[in-house]
Amino acid sequence: MRSAVLKNVVSSSVAIVLITAFFGFAYPALMTGVAQVAFSHQANGSLIELNGKVVGSSLVAQAFTKPQYFHERPSATSPAYNAGATTFANLGPTSSDLAKNVAAAAQAILKLEGPYNPGLTIHDIPVDAVTTSASGIDPDISPAYAALQSHRVAAVRHLPLATVQKLIKQSTDGRSLGFFGEPGVNVLKLNIALDKEAGK
Amino acid sequence: MSGQGIGQILFYCVALVALGYPLGLYMARVYSSLGAPSLLRSVERGFYRLVRTDPAKEQDWKSYGKTVVIFSILFSGVLYAIQRLQGHLFLNPDHLKGVPAHIALNTTASFITNTNWQYYGGEYTMSYLSQMAGLAVQNFVSAAVGMAVLAAVVRGLARRSRKELGNFWVDLYRSLVYILLPICLIFATLLVSQGVVQTFHGHATATTLEGAQQTIARGPAASQIAMKDVGTNGGGFFNSNSAAPFENPTGFSDFLVLLSILLIPAAQVFMFGKMVAARRHAWMVYVAMFAVFAIGVGVNLTAEQHGSSVLRKSGVNITMGHGQSGGNMSDKEVRFGQAATANYTVATTDASNGSVNSGFDADTPAGGAVPLVNLFLGEVIYGGVGSGLYGMFFYIVFAVFVAGLMVGRTPEWLGKKIEAREIKYASIGALFVPTMVLTMTAVAIVTKSGLASIYNHGVHGFTETLYAYDSQSNNNGSAFAGYGATSFSASFGTVAMYLGRFVPLLAALALGGSLAQKKIVPASAGTFRTDGPTFVVLVVGVIALTAGLMIFPALTLGPIVEGLMH
Repeated sequence: MRSAVLKNVVSSSVAIVLITAFFGFAYPALMTGVAQVAFSHQANGSLIELNGKVVGSSLVAQAFTKPQYFHERPSATSPAYNAGATTFANLGPTSSDLAKNVAAAAQAILKLEGPYNPGLTIHDIPVDAVTTSASGIDPDISPAYAALQSHRVAAVRHLPLATVQKLIKQSTDGRSLGFFGEPGVNVLKLNIALDKEAGK
Repeated sequence: MSGQGIGQILFYCVALVALGYPLGLYMARVYSSLGAPSLLRSVERGFYRLVRTDPAKEQDWKSYGKTVVIFSILFSGVLYAIQRLQGHLFLNPDHLKGVPAHIALNTTASFITNTNWQYYGGEYTMSYLSQMAGLAVQNFVSAAVGMAVLAAVVRGLARRSRKELGNFWVDLYRSLVYILLPICLIFATLLVSQGVVQTFHGHATATTLEGAQQTIARGPAASQIAMKDVGTNGGGFFNSNSAAPFENPTGFSDFLVLLSILLIPAAQVFMFGKMVAARRHAWMVYVAMFAVFAIGVGVNLTAEQHGSSVLRKSGVNITMGHGQSGGNMSDKEVRFGQAATANYTVATTDASNGSVNSGFDADTPAGGAVPLVNLFLGEVIYGGVGSGLYGMFFYIVFAVFVAGLMVGRTPEWLGKKIEAREIKYASIGALFVPTMVLTMTAVAIVTKSGLASIYNHGVHGFTETLYAYDSQSNNNGSAFAGYGATSFSASFGTVAMYLGRFVPLLAALALGGSLAQKKIVPASAGTFRTDGPTFVVLVVGVIALTAGLMIFPALTLGPIVEGLMH
């Protein structure tokens, strides 16, 4: 009886060492090698550089507050768009805090976008604009929210609306392979494209 | 619900069978013969020599179970030590401190038992060493243990008049090297191509367009994430799990992850059919699982697309179309939208996976009730790798027993008589965990230390508590998230996860061991047929009656009251 336990302890200990060495070190090292060689841009975080400086990642939302930029969805991370500590808001579907946050976000949007969208009402605000994303750093907004913001950005930047719409289209990630998921407008890519347009 | 969204879900269901069926046949071969090329075979023999086992020598269920338990206890010690000592060890570029004791204990239980409940935030608690050499290793090992045990139990069903079920080390090795590793290499590479990070560099720092500094956490994530889903583990590299863009960057990566969650559990049904030479029976088991899965997706998607009462009353536009997927977008990501999110929510809770691509806490009452019920069914709808199907066996035993009672004959399954002993093991296996969930929830709800973990007040707080113990006991690991880590909740959860894993596991081995010793009785006119639609109805009915009725009173106190109040 005791010897059976001892035998199991010895076997287990050896197995633990072997398994940890292979699956804990060799496997991730091999994967890192493959990833760095085959997909180095993605493996290192899809970082975007401008003039040699990293300005962000195309997969990570960042704070935009200025009127000449498209704005991201609300974020529950602390501080907002913290790509070091992603999180959900965790407010229940009937929570009064959720109701307050949604109302406040909607009011802010009406105030910001109203002057550029005559007749704008709360019914015109797409739901993703007033709800926190799951990660807190959702890089995308819905095409509907981008369309809503396009009038402001075009006016502030003195650009024709058609130009802004063209840039939105270029920064829209369609469904993957044309089939999976939903289309979204990548806000950072779009804002970079706008800055470039202005620099022309 | 758009046609496009439903199309994505249907495509997923077809892909699951198309890939799961051949994989199942392959797995049946892996567990029954030595078909590997000679180089691989000599590596395999080397492993057996080092762990001092004779691969030809098989174990009975008690000996098999003992090895599993001792192996798991020792591995728990190693995992706990790595987390506590990470501050003094290497591969810690962001200089994280040792993990606090109660968090490390809970996390150890969580990963050893294939639960992956997360009381920690990956990117700011765990060093790369802890993630890679600790947690990621368990993603493989806990999955392989479940697969090994299933292989042993299935052998028991197939054999006659024998005591042995197999050799644990052989089953473990083959699960790891011939099944999990190749699948993971493929998925990990595909995930990196989509944008999942895989680097040993620390975080990146960016200067944003508006001039602020942004810290972007990275790490060797893809290698771990591929396995977290293939092995129905679910613990994320990042706190927000598969919602985090670096963990699940595109609609296609989301599909891949979804596929990997149910791939092995689905394949195991076909493996079972092949090994016991009862393919039609296996198909019926598959149909029963699929039916419950489909109902879950339907309910969740309808409810989420309809939106929560807060959002409907707010006046904002939640209608699908005109450039948005609409519905309840709280704690959901734009690139997934409602259909892919509902598919994910149901698959991950059916499968004991527990990774999430949205925050369940924000789901509508009806939508959120789906994962809750799924967990309570004991993770047998596809279920965890290995543990799902052996959990299903308990319900199948119940079903043939009920059928036997109705026609007044000794019940039989796969030609073996089901007697008092088998019913006893099946009852322990199926009922122990739900009983424990209800007891623990009750204790947590009436004690001060238990209440301290609740984020949202009122009935929703009750749902959070119920979900927390439901998820941990059933080794799922998904969370309504609104349930905080205190030393009470962490230790209580630790107990829930260990008992929830090993009691059913041992009950399944006992069931397999007991059935292995029986002779095959030839089927007669009075034998209840387990390869037809009647069987499907009976199994689903038995699951609904046993697990469903046990959770119903608790559901009325949580989501149902919440749904009625608003």
